[in-house]
Amino acid sequence: MTLDTVAVAAATPDLDQPWAALGLKEDEYRRIREILGRRPSSSELAMYSVMWSEHCSYKSSKVHLRQFGEKAPPSDALLVGMGENAGVVDIGQGWAVTFKIESHNHPSYVEPYQGAATGVGGIVRDILTMGARPVAILDPLRFGPADAADTRRVLPGVVAGIGGYGNCLGLPTVGGEVVFDPTYLGNPLVNALCVGTLRHGDIKLAKASGVGNLVVLFGAKTGGDGIGGVSVLASETFDADGPAKRPSVQVGDPFTEKVLIECCLEIFAADLVGGIQDLGGAGLSCATSELASAGSGGMHVVLDRVPLRDPTLSPEEILMSESQERMCAVVEPRHIDAFLRICDRWDVTATVIGEVTDSGRLVIEWRGEVIVDVPPRTVAHEGPVYERPFARPAAQDALQADGPTAGRLARPSSPEELRTTLLRLVASPNLAAKTWVTSQYDRYVQGNTVLAQPDDGGVIRVDPESGLGVAVSTDGNGRFTRLDPYAGAQLALAEAYRNVAVTGARPLAVTNCLNFGSPEDPGVMWQFAEATRGLADACLQLGVPVTGGNVSFYNQTGDVAILPTPVVGVLGVIDDVARRTPMGLGTPGESILLVGDTRDEFGGSEWAHDVHGHLGGLPPTVDLERERQLAEILVAGSRDGLLSAAHDVADGGLAQALVEMAVRGGAGARIVLPEDLDPFVALFSESAGRVVVVVPRSEELRFSDMCVARHVPVVRVGVVDGTALDVQGLFSVEVAELRHAAEATFPALFG
Amino acid sequence: MAPTVGVVTFPGSLDDRDAARAVRLAGGQVVPLWHKDTHLMGVDAVVLPGGFSYGDYLRCGAIARFSPIMSAVVGAAREGMPVLGICNGFQILCESHLLPGALTRNDSLHFVCRDQALRIESTATAWTSAYVPGQEVVVPLKNGEGGYVADERTLDELEAEGRVVVRYLGANPNGSRRAIAGIANAAGNVVGLMPHPEHAVESLTGPTTDGLGFFTSVLERLVHA
Repeated sequence: MTLDTVAVAAATPDLDQPWAALGLKEDEYRRIREILGRRPSSSELAMYSVMWSEHCSYKSSKVHLRQFGEKAPPSDALLVGMGENAGVVDIGQGWAVTFKIESHNHPSYVEPYQGAATGVGGIVRDILTMGARPVAILDPLRFGPADAADTRRVLPGVVAGIGGYGNCLGLPTVGGEVVFDPTYLGNPLVNALCVGTLRHGDIKLAKASGVGNLVVLFGAKTGGDGIGGVSVLASETFDADGPAKRPSVQVGDPFTEKVLIECCLEIFAADLVGGIQDLGGAGLSCATSELASAGSGGMHVVLDRVPLRDPTLSPEEILMSESQERMCAVVEPRHIDAFLRICDRWDVTATVIGEVTDSGRLVIEWRGEVIVDVPPRTVAHEGPVYERPFARPAAQDALQADGPTAGRLARPSSPEELRTTLLRLVASPNLAAKTWVTSQYDRYVQGNTVLAQPDDGGVIRVDPESGLGVAVSTDGNGRFTRLDPYAGAQLALAEAYRNVAVTGARPLAVTNCLNFGSPEDPGVMWQFAEATRGLADACLQLGVPVTGGNVSFYNQTGDVAILPTPVVGVLGVIDDVARRTPMGLGTPGESILLVGDTRDEFGGSEWAHDVHGHLGGLPPTVDLERERQLAEILVAGSRDGLLSAAHDVADGGLAQALVEMAVRGGAGARIVLPEDLDPFVALFSESAGRVVVVVPRSEELRFSDMCVARHVPVVRVGVVDGTALDVQGLFSVEVAELRHAAEATFPALFG
Repeated sequence: MAPTVGVVTFPGSLDDRDAARAVRLAGGQVVPLWHKDTHLMGVDAVVLPGGFSYGDYLRCGAIARFSPIMSAVVGAAREGMPVLGICNGFQILCESHLLPGALTRNDSLHFVCRDQALRIESTATAWTSAYVPGQEVVVPLKNGEGGYVADERTLDELEAEGRVVVRYLGANPNGSRRAIAGIANAAGNVVGLMPHPEHAVESLTGPTTDGLGFFTSVLERLVHA
C-alpha cells in the first residue's frame, strides 16, 4: 500500500475518500478541503474526523453551552475556568481544587468492565493534567430496570470496573448515585467525577509554547485499542448490532496509570514542564493539535518515534489510537534530561516525538515524508458548529397534564397502608441501600476521607494542619427533567448544592455531565436547550460558576431516548473538616426538625414511579432563593456547632430521609407529623428545598431563630429515641427491620 | 531520638503515605524506602504497606518479592527486625516465605471494603503488645484477595504456637481459613494482616482509633530495646 502523503494528496485531488464511514458529513468534508486547499491525506482525514466528532467538538451543544460563560456569576474563586482540561477553584490558604465530571456511557454498555474502568482512568488524567494530585472519585450511574437480565450483565461489570481501576489507583470513591429506569436499559450512563488538589502556583495548562521546546510522549506504548472509539462509539446511536463493536473499546491498566500519576507529580514538583495534555479521546490527534492550537501555533512531530505495542499499526491508526495511560508534555531542552531521569526512576517510557515551531502548522512526518500539514486551530478549536433545530414536543403538554393527583393514582391512607408503602419504597431499587456497590470501592485510601456515601456529600480533608477540606456531591433526576427540562436541571443543581451544604461546606463551583438522546431529534434538542438554560440561570442565581463538564449525546436505543439526565456536581469548601455535619441519628433526646415547605408534590416522585409505574405532571417547585438561605443556615449551623446531624430530603420524601438517618446512625426516633398535612403527603412528598436536622435540646431555639430570621419555615417533627422509627399514631418499624429491608435488595438482585 | 520505621514504596503501593502517617501519629520517625534500594538506611523496623505492587500481576506480591529492597527486608527480618505487612504487604511476606500460607481471591469474588470487627488473639508479637489478649477492635478491611489459606497442619501449628495474631469476628468477610486475619512468624517479629490498622488512627477519618496500637506496640518495644 502506498503512503498517502500530503504530496500525494495534492497530486490526486479526485481520489474517493471514506469520509462518510469516518462519521463526517459531506459539508464537513468539503470544509476540510477548503481549509487545506486540497483534499486531506488519509492521516489528516483521520484527525479531522475524530476531532470534529460530536464527542470532541461539541458541535451540537456549543451554542447552548456558551450560556455557562455568558451567565457566569461573578466569582473570586475561579482560577481556571471552562475550556481547559478541568476548572480550578481557589479554596483559600494557598490551596486550589480542580474537579470535573465526564461520561463513558457507550463503551460501558459494550464492555462494562473496561468501559467503566477507562472512564475513571480518563477523568483522573484530566485532573492530573492540571497539575493536581487526584484525591477522590464519585460515580453517578444509571441502569435499566434492576431486574432486567441485561442490567445483571452491565451493573456488576461497571461496578467491578470502577472498583478495579479506582481502587488500584489508590483513589477513594466517596459518592455517586445508582438509579434505575427502563429508558437506560440499552444505554446505561456511567459518569465519573474526579477531584484533585494543588497549590495555587502549581497549575499546569495544555499549551505548547516556546519555539524549540520538545514534545514528549510518555506513559504506555501505543496499541491498536480504541481506534475510532470517539467517532464510532460516542457519536452514533446504538442499533440492534451494538455489542459487535467491542474492538473500539479501550483497555485500561490501572497500574500503569498509578505509576504515571506519581511520575507526573514528581515532574510537576520539579517544575519541568511548560504545558501538558493527556491522551484520551482521539489520542495523539487531540493532544498534538490542542497543545499546538493553544500555544505558539506550530509543532513538528516525527510519528515514527512513537513507541508501539503493535509494530504493524499504520500512521492513521497511531494518530487515532486511544490506548490509555499516555501523556504528552512540552519540555524546555534544558529540562529534558531531568524529565527523562524521573521517568526512568518510575520505569515510565518517555520519548521525544517532536518540537514546538513557529510555522503556525502542525506537521507530522512518517518514514521521512510529510503526512499531515494543517493549521492546528482548525482541527482542535475551529470545528463545525451546528444550530440544531429544536422544538417542544407536542406530547409534552399531555405529559404535564397527567399529574399524579389523588384522583389519578390511589394513595395509601390507613396506618397499615402507609407502613407497607414505606417498607416497599425503602426496599425499592432506587432507594435501597447501595452497600453492595459501594463496598466494592475503597473509601479509606489516602487517609483523608471524612465523609463518604451514603452521606449526602463526600468530604475530603485537603490540609491536615488546618483541617481545610472540600465537599462534593453529584445529583440528577431524569424523571424531573423529562417532565420539565428547565426545572429538572435546576432541581439537580439545587439538590447537589443542598447536599454539599448539609455537610457544612459552602458551595463554590459546578461541573456537569449532560446526558441526552440524539441531537438530531428536535424534541431531544429542546430538552437539551431547556436544561442548559435552566442550569445556567440557576448557577447565576446561586452564585456558583460552571467550571467545566461534558456533553454526552446519542444516548438512545433506536428511536427511544433516555430520560434527559443532566448530572450536576457541586464542590464546596469547609474551613475545618472536624466541623462537618454527619447524617446519622445519634444521641437520644435530641430534637429532629424539618426545615422547608412541604407541598402535595408527587410528579416524577419515587412513589409514583415505583408503586404506579407513572410518570406525569410537573416536578417539585424550584425556589433557588430558598436553597441559598437553607445553605446559609446549614453552613452557619455547622460552624457554630448547633447541628448533631443533617440530611437532605429528596427521593422518597421525609420518610426515606428519616429511614436513612436511623439506619446510618443505628438509632430510632419518635416522629410527630405536622398536623396541617395529610400523613401521606407529609411522609412521601418530594418537595425541594428541605432538610432534616438534629439539634441538641439546648440549641433548638437558637437554630429555629436562625431559620425564622431568614423566613425559612422550621417545624419540630420528633425526637431521637429508642430502636424504632415510631411515627406516632400511625405505625412503628424497628430500625433493624428497616436496615434489613434496605440492605437485602441489591444482594438479592446481583448476588 | 524516636525510633525510625521504614515504609517501603513499591510501584503500585497505595497506602504508603497512610502507613507513614500512622507511624508519625504513634510517635515514630518515618524513613521512606524505595523498592530499588538495596539497604534499609539504618531503620529500626519496616512496614510493607497496602496496594497493588507491580500491578499485582502474576500473583499478589509475587513480583515485589524479587525487588532489591525485599532481599534486605528478608535478611533483617531473619535477624529479628520487626516487620509489619499490611494487606499487599502481608501477601508479599507470604510470597517471601517469611510467613506461611497464601492469600487467595475473596470467596465473594468481589473486592470488599468494610469496617471489620476483629479480635486480637496474640499480644506476644512486636506489633500487638499494646493490646489486651482477646481485645475486640474495629479496623477497615479492603481487599480483593484476602482469603487466607494454608494446609491443615500449618493451620494447626499456627494455632498451637499462638501465631494467629488477629481473627475476624462475625461473618467471615473473605473466606479465610479459621477466620484468620493476621499471623506472625515463630519469633513474633514479623506480622502480616489483611485489615488496615493504619486507616484506624484518627477518629475523623477512620471508624475508630483502634489501629494505633500496632504502631505504638513496635515503638514501645524499640524504645526499650
